[in-house]
Amino acid sequence: MAFSLHGVHVPHRKNTAKLSALRMEPPKVVTIPMSMHIGAPAKPVVAVGDAVKVGTLIAEAGGAVSAPIHASVSGKVTKIADFLLSDGRTVPAVVIESDGEMTPDEKIAPPIIDSRESFIEAVKNSGMVGLGGAGFPTHFKLNADPAKIEYLVINGAECEPYVTSDTLTMENRGGDMKIALEALKKWLGIKNIVIGIENNKKDAIAAMQKLMAEIGSDCTATVKVLPAVYPQGGEKVLIYHTTGRVVPAGKLPIDAGCIVINCTTLASIGAYLMTGMPLVEKCVTVDGGAVKTPQNLIAPIGTPMEDLFAACGGLTTEPEKVVYGGPMMGITVPDLSAPVLKNTNAVLALTAKELKTPKTTNCIRCGSCTNTCPFGINPAEIARAYQRKDAAALKDLALTSCMECGCCSFICPANRPLVQTNRLAKIFLREEQAKEAKK
Amino acid sequence: MMEKQLTLASSPHIHSGRSTSRIMLDVIIALCPAAIAGVIIFGWRALLVLAITVGSCVGFEALFNLIVKKEQTLGDFSAIVTGLLLGMNLPASIPLWQCVVGALFAMVVVKGLFGGLGNNPVNPAITARVFMLVAFGSMTKAAFPKIVDAVSSATPLSLAAGETAPSLLDLFLGVQGGAIGETCAAALLAGGIYLLVRRVITWQIPVAFIGTVFVCSLFMERFDFLAALAAILSGGLMIGAIFMATDYVTSPVTPWGKIIFGVGAGLITFLIRYFGTYPEGVSFAILFMNILTPYINSWTKRKVFGTGGKKA
Repeated sequence: MAFSLHGVHVPHRKNTAKLSALRMEPPKVVTIPMSMHIGAPAKPVVAVGDAVKVGTLIAEAGGAVSAPIHASVSGKVTKIADFLLSDGRTVPAVVIESDGEMTPDEKIAPPIIDSRESFIEAVKNSGMVGLGGAGFPTHFKLNADPAKIEYLVINGAECEPYVTSDTLTMENRGGDMKIALEALKKWLGIKNIVIGIENNKKDAIAAMQKLMAEIGSDCTATVKVLPAVYPQGGEKVLIYHTTGRVVPAGKLPIDAGCIVINCTTLASIGAYLMTGMPLVEKCVTVDGGAVKTPQNLIAPIGTPMEDLFAACGGLTTEPEKVVYGGPMMGITVPDLSAPVLKNTNAVLALTAKELKTPKTTNCIRCGSCTNTCPFGINPAEIARAYQRKDAAALKDLALTSCMECGCCSFICPANRPLVQTNRLAKIFLREEQAKEAKK
Repeated sequence: MMEKQLTLASSPHIHSGRSTSRIMLDVIIALCPAAIAGVIIFGWRALLVLAITVGSCVGFEALFNLIVKKEQTLGDFSAIVTGLLLGMNLPASIPLWQCVVGALFAMVVVKGLFGGLGNNPVNPAITARVFMLVAFGSMTKAAFPKIVDAVSSATPLSLAAGETAPSLLDLFLGVQGGAIGETCAAALLAGGIYLLVRRVITWQIPVAFIGTVFVCSLFMERFDFLAALAAILSGGLMIGAIFMATDYVTSPVTPWGKIIFGVGAGLITFLIRYFGTYPEGVSFAILFMNILTPYINSWTKRKVFGTGGKKA
């Protein structure tokens, strides 16, 4: 490969990498929002007072780009209440009081698959979404024209600091991944499989090399060891570094002949194909300076964060921020009642010390932002164009190519809110273009 | 359990720890060897000049912020950098009031009025030096080293007939006529290496700048290697190429842009030295390239990934 996309060296802080995942005590109450994926919210199919078991369907997909949702504990639906999402939308959330039994739904059975369509339908019924963080409904991704799929790229980069749940998947759930890969090969005719892993995960690399050797009899299957440079796991970055393909700006991976699936998503598909138990629990890295004993917990979806922290010995100090996901792209929560979502891979309670930033000064035009941007965007110029509300300049500066990885803000010595301004500028540009369209 | 409100903020939540003040501090540290060498070579008056330029740059910045009711910015240390660079570009014999006027010009006219740090189109220290050169003519009368016999150490770039040029070793160690901080190439190179190691600067501008002057001088001196070496060790080239041309604010951000900037500055320096009326052209060269910087940035901007072809 001629070039390597830029990025930044983030601290790894993978404190939990060597700890096996613990299954936590079932929580007393779970809160399950109807939107844990990109696309239309799911529609509840249960009512207050209904009894549910683990795996019972509680909401059906609300459109083509959507995913069904299942009960993660056995018990009774006590409330269907409004729930404020991190993006400001309000959706219903099903609140289930657990009976503490965790009884599985007796209707759960492995899906019967005899065609490409029934395979995709099965993935849809499992409630699967991109578990790496984006939450894109997996069945929609798999439903691409099979003739266009040249590569299946598995995302095992896990480039965010602290987070190790994908590492544990690769080390321990090779069997589940294998079942899913065999099915993908059979029903989608996948010919080339490549998994990208950062070079700081030696055990995961070894485990995946073994897996790739096992499934590589009738297709190419390789492990691509990548430098530990953030954002290695960014979809377009990963595709470029594993296949050499460039996804055109504003296009999807399939436009470059690729489908990208996170390794934990893959393992979860495999588990569903074996057991028929849909996506009801997640392995979550619980870490951050305020957590007494950081570890990986297997938690039912909807478990409040405070239960996770309690299972890790509690918080030793009051955190400054509590974050879903890693510290580079994670989303802050207002309080500890926030539930584990399908796409939650980590929950971090970060202290002021970990969050320390230098004093904000004027931009000193050092160029670090554009020189570290994986895509070569110039965030400092975007900030100036946004300040003068120049929609044409923002478009020329390829603002919409920004994946919001945060390298620019991380590296900026003047501590300018660069990626944050990109987000505001995107909203502004969308509004301007909507105004333009009306004319 | 929770007493304190959790902070809600847009990601990222961690920072690399790089800061404007740390970068400026690194530049100050890197300038120290050459400043100390200047004081040793030119005596206590050099120290007085440096103290006055640094003191008045800091003072004028504080005063300007006070008058225009802006937040004080002394904590970023950039005023100290400008003061130090300005002083190091002046001869030790300069009248002290001229130092104060130069500092006023740098901090208020070039920096403050354009919006402070990061918004000045040209380098404040360089522009003040050029202003003083034109206004006072004081820079052409370079001071002589105090630690050696003055006769053998005229400013190498303005040797009159019959004067002997300083040896290469003298040039390297800085025992030659000139401005306080520009003569000791050894100390300036040490500072440059420090900045490279600390990743404050990259190699492109200094190498392209000095390399261009070297190659052009080699041609002019009929491939006399030692004469070309003397050319790059003389005058303000080292301090200019390592410390002034690499000023973030007024130099390009892309690797190729930096090379264009360095080559351009090198060519202009060479042309002024050999064909101009001034003996030295480093300041004019950097000033001219400062003005071209926005254009160089737009000519060499990075191609955005996925927008036609592969990115560079």
